[in-house]
Amino acid sequence: MKIYINGTGAISPQQTAVGAAFWPAVQDYTTNRLKVVDPDYKQWIDLKQIRRMSRVIKMGVGAAQLSLQQAGISVPDGIITGTAYGCLDDTGVFLQKMVVQEEQMLTPTAFIQSTHNTVGGQIALLLGCHAYNNTFVHRGFSFESALLDAIMFLREGEARQLLVGGLDEITHFSHAILQRFGLYKTNPGHSGSLLQLHNKGTIAGEGAAFFVLGAASTPHTKACLAGVQTIYKPTDNAAIQQATTLFLAAHGLLAADIDLLITGRNGDVDDDQWYNTWTTAHFPGKPEAAFKHLCGEYPTATGFGMWLGANVLAHQQVPAEAMYSGTVPAKINNILMYNHHLTTHHSLILMQVC
Amino acid sequence: MMAPTWIAGGGVICGIGQHVQACVQAFQRMQPGMAPLQFLRSAHTAFPVVEVKAANDHLAQLSGLPLSTARTAMLSLIAAREAWTSSGLDEVRDYRTAFVSANTVGGMDKTEDFFPAFLQDQGKGRLHGVSQHECGTITEVVADALGISHHITTISTACSSGANALMYGARLIHNNLADVVIAGGADALTRFTLNGFNTLMILDTAPSRPFDDSRRGLNLGEGAGYVVLVSDAVAKDRKGLWATLSGFANANDAYHQTASSPDGTGNYLAMQGALHMAGLQPADIRYINLHGTGTQNNDLSEGLAIARLFGNTPPPASSTKSFTGHTLGASGGIEAVFAALSVRDGLLYPNAQFTTQMKELPFSPITTFSAGNDLRHVMSNSFGFGGNCSCLVFSKGGS
Repeated sequence: MKIYINGTGAISPQQTAVGAAFWPAVQDYTTNRLKVVDPDYKQWIDLKQIRRMSRVIKMGVGAAQLSLQQAGISVPDGIITGTAYGCLDDTGVFLQKMVVQEEQMLTPTAFIQSTHNTVGGQIALLLGCHAYNNTFVHRGFSFESALLDAIMFLREGEARQLLVGGLDEITHFSHAILQRFGLYKTNPGHSGSLLQLHNKGTIAGEGAAFFVLGAASTPHTKACLAGVQTIYKPTDNAAIQQATTLFLAAHGLLAADIDLLITGRNGDVDDDQWYNTWTTAHFPGKPEAAFKHLCGEYPTATGFGMWLGANVLAHQQVPAEAMYSGTVPAKINNILMYNHHLTTHHSLILMQVC
Repeated sequence: MMAPTWIAGGGVICGIGQHVQACVQAFQRMQPGMAPLQFLRSAHTAFPVVEVKAANDHLAQLSGLPLSTARTAMLSLIAAREAWTSSGLDEVRDYRTAFVSANTVGGMDKTEDFFPAFLQDQGKGRLHGVSQHECGTITEVVADALGISHHITTISTACSSGANALMYGARLIHNNLADVVIAGGADALTRFTLNGFNTLMILDTAPSRPFDDSRRGLNLGEGAGYVVLVSDAVAKDRKGLWATLSGFANANDAYHQTASSPDGTGNYLAMQGALHMAGLQPADIRYINLHGTGTQNNDLSEGLAIARLFGNTPPPASSTKSFTGHTLGASGGIEAVFAALSVRDGLLYPNAQFTTQMKELPFSPITTFSAGNDLRHVMSNSFGFGGNCSCLVFSKGGS
């Protein structure tokens, strides 16, 4: 069964929320912490509520609204979100006060909003949507789990159009902690050249990407989502090769049928080795696009990657700054995205023209 | 209609027992688990809690995990292992086995210990302390220990998380993506949640009194509960199956981030949806395991939704949270095990601490334990923040 991508919306470190096919001009960064470009949230949310909302809630609501607008619907038949970290800022605020104030005189707002399903719940509340609502919080599989849930739901015939998204925020605390794990480059240079660096570390990113996925095409359909596959802690690269072959075969495709690859390269020498081996073994010479020099690395970055892929298929063009190698093919029918997060969570996402 | 998904086993660890049989005994002996704080360090000693009566070193021994493991992961592994063993299935690797687990605050117990030093100096605090912060990490510690890699994921929808894990697991089987799924949830008591619920002013300083006119709030608990879901094909020719998961639904109240709508719209839609999927009428349900937190708001909304759906004489109903406390992300999993066991053994669980019927409702919960009842269909409710309302229906298998 085909799954139709009937609307997309992204709020990201690029200007992806201003109505361009991709972004008006690429945003270059020289730090190891990329921050989303905030759109004017007042277009979707009441000012009083905006003041109470943390960034991740706002970016989630905004990206959800963008995708609903594109799909031309106001209330979906279900809302499914994926977030590895959840509402980190509110969690940090409550934790800090709890420690500093020695568990005394705390106020409820941050606690209430710290729950991982806050974004899904807030979207339901704003839309008055009583339908299915679920939130997946499984590290580098959070967004993929949400996609899989949506695919199952549409197959079951219970819903026509679902709102599905992936999102994560960086906070002052989380960046300080993740930096100590050695995940980020200390001298990242220009983000535009990130993928040409072959040393340790990447740059941190954040963002929200939402999609309206449907069981039927509409005048707004952008592309099709053919399938999602996750591979947990593969023993070695051969396991990825095998999974790729099986995944393509399950969709009646050969490696030669793929017109464009999108990979999760992030400029970390060890992380990128997986992509190098994969492309060399399976897809030698195949044009390859990448996206983490645009949005940074985070567990739900595949949301941004899928947003890019769906719009590439819809517009039949690839922004020059997204191309990693090769030349853009004249006609793009099949896009295969391969991503891994921290070498433990690998996923394949297949997108097609409809 | 969907082919049935079977419950082949279950496991529970909570404040009234460290395995299923011990929990049933506590119900039978009318022994709720509320007690003063014993294992968690917190300033809030006035509130009774329902802790698993074991320190971390004891849980490390029981689970076989290192002492540095987050308490939630240890609880999770103990209950998941009991569930697997009770199912009588052979090796995990003999099936396409999935692990779908829920929790609400991951390894927050360790993050809490990390934070004071970190706040003094962001270069300080042992990083190992935050390495289990993410909810998904807890699931992976357990999946790795059980040898499950085919499909793993984590769900977090506040207090309905565990129930949603069962639904997702059943749908994995229905969509032929797995043959066997261990599904449920886990949550340890933490200072974060204890303080959080305290700011909401919904913690009772006495043992909670769900569905009682004098109720004043909830008691927090901790624990883990999992069922083993198996496909019709795996269930074929197997003996000792507990029940089927015949219906389920998730609906959103879309009313308020934390409060339930006065008429329990989401609760009603979830129960109605689950009955619809099971192909049942309200009168077919023989027992309802209530969400029943003991807060003013929940019990009124849930009660009114039940009265609306079932009329003035609903089936026997009780909140097992009056024994276990509210175990948050674990509650949907723990209560699913209790509900499936209800079907298998005809168990009706008492509602402890009950004295006075709520004046707004035409019914009160049952207060005595009994076994051997003919309970063909049993319902379990779980409702959470974010308006998340879930309902599961368990039924006797076969004709």
